[in-house]
Amino acid sequence: MRTRERWAFLAVAAVLVVVLPALNALPAGSPLRVSDFTLNLFGKFLTYAILALGIDLIWGYAGVLSLGHGVFFGLGAYAMGMHLMLEIGAKGVYQNVLPDFMVWNRVTELPLFWKPFYSAWFTLLAVVLVPGLFAAVFGFLTFRSRIRGVYFSIITQALALCAWLTFNRNAMNLGGTNGLSGFKTMFGFPLNSPGTQRGLYIVTALFLCAAYLLCRWIVRSPAGKVLVAIRDSETRVLFCGYSPAAFKMFVFTVSAVLAGLAGALYVGQVGIITPARIGVLPSIEMIIWVAVGGRGTLIGPVVGAFGVNWLQSLLTTHYPDLWILVLGGMFVTVVLFFPDGVVGTAQKLMARFGRVTAPEHVPAASEPVKTVELTPR
Amino acid sequence: MTMNASPGGSIIYLEDVTVEYDGFKALNGLNFFMDYKELRVVIGPNGAGKTTLLDVISGKVQPTAGRVIFGHSTDLAGRRENEIASLGVGRKFQTPSIFANLTVRENLELALARASKGVLATLKSRFTVEQRDRVNLTLETIGLSAEADVRAGGLSHGQKQWLEIGMVMVQDAELLLVDEPVAGMTEEETEKTGRLLQGVAAERAVLVIEHDMEFVRSIARKVTVLHEGSILCEGPVEQVQKDDRVMEVYLGRSREADA
Repeated sequence: MRTRERWAFLAVAAVLVVVLPALNALPAGSPLRVSDFTLNLFGKFLTYAILALGIDLIWGYAGVLSLGHGVFFGLGAYAMGMHLMLEIGAKGVYQNVLPDFMVWNRVTELPLFWKPFYSAWFTLLAVVLVPGLFAAVFGFLTFRSRIRGVYFSIITQALALCAWLTFNRNAMNLGGTNGLSGFKTMFGFPLNSPGTQRGLYIVTALFLCAAYLLCRWIVRSPAGKVLVAIRDSETRVLFCGYSPAAFKMFVFTVSAVLAGLAGALYVGQVGIITPARIGVLPSIEMIIWVAVGGRGTLIGPVVGAFGVNWLQSLLTTHYPDLWILVLGGMFVTVVLFFPDGVVGTAQKLMARFGRVTAPEHVPAASEPVKTVELTPR
Repeated sequence: MTMNASPGGSIIYLEDVTVEYDGFKALNGLNFFMDYKELRVVIGPNGAGKTTLLDVISGKVQPTAGRVIFGHSTDLAGRRENEIASLGVGRKFQTPSIFANLTVRENLELALARASKGVLATLKSRFTVEQRDRVNLTLETIGLSAEADVRAGGLSHGQKQWLEIGMVMVQDAELLLVDEPVAGMTEEETEKTGRLLQGVAAERAVLVIEHDMEFVRSIARKVTVLHEGSILCEGPVEQVQKDDRVMEVYLGRSREADA
């Protein structure tokens, strides 16, 4: 990294990983104290930021618009949620070793696919592997068949709808509409203690930093150039001797793994995962975070995920009915007037006015959106 | 024309190739071969099968019947475009097809021949000094050294065409397929493109499709005339131009085609 960029990264990382949790640990009543509520809220936003980084990798760089990332987020969240359900043991409302919703649904024996989730290690692996493998297979089938552009987007949207319908079914034994909730501990740590929540927040912040560095490494490598090249002209990439399908499959998988990780970190901090978090609408919301923040830059999606959700939490407290209009308006404004998003636009302005050093070459995301995403090729 | 050269000595050899789309034969039992380091121009009226010929060689279209042999004995049947590209077939499209959001240098670096163009190899690869020199040299050859770090999307039409020719050059292709390189170019640009292609052909075989007869005369040594999916006639440009059949099917219409 260049020196200035490195200091900026370290400063932000220090604030997120060290300063905020330290301020939270101050005794109650101190003027500088960050409340448990705020820290928890930020923790949730940071999981969204990890997810948004993944979406940016596939959409902002490779130009592939996935409208199904809620599914990968959900797979990670449900995998972790299943382990947390089992950790409750017989301390639930019904004093049964089975999760409460199963007792309610008159299930007498734990379904086979739940059993491995007793193991914490299995769960940690599943959080990454289930969304990763699913994305790899899904990507293999679609990208090999050269399904692209708007067709790919439609298929992923259908995927989100299917997943939502499936997870809603009680027969799936995943809690139906109510999802998984009522967790008590996570790997033995009580989830209702501020210390555990602070720890979870710090882990999330560390994962965000790691995810940022990973994405940065990918987009700066020659493979990252291939991704941008795929966005520009997939045919040319093919005739240069690269397999666009392989690159898209790779980046789709990485992005699904990040989404799964985000989901797993989300569950412990929010305490509930329901099908409503994984369907069509949340998947589109995720796209809006990235669009507003600025796709094709790595800071953009982080800023977008954090900013849009913070705004949402502020606005919904005071004007709950207004929020959906603001969100829609924001998206329309960005698409029409600031296709590079907040960060992309800011970088362009800085490059134009007065700054001696222009930002490092940022591929303008604004151009191909018309051809790549909205029209079939 | 007689077809008496041995297939083993040719860079590309099409044997009895037919390509059929819904009953329409774009190529009809075509026999075609080129020598190593040959510069060949293929002409023919619209619909003669010129672009289909390139599609078959580069793997974009699979022949309905017949064989396509590259080099000594590599059968191209069933191979994907990127595999064929890695074997050493480069293709330049009719409309400039470059990566608009990468710089000119990055465009060339991406096309550059590498040991592996797989995902993991590409993630880890870094450029060697030789590779950088190669890119710089190519930038000079195509006359874009000054634009090396400019976004390729901002280049002029002619510059984009040269960049794309540069890309197929650094790809280390043994056989270059070039589809109408001078369409839409100014006279000066056309001349430069001709020189560029002749330079390229000194090291590898080049197959050019072109409508512009003046350009064909200026670069061609040997011309193949396609008509209705098979070869009508083949030979030095002067001889082909005098051929009655060619006059009939092609030259009479060449002015329209140029327009």
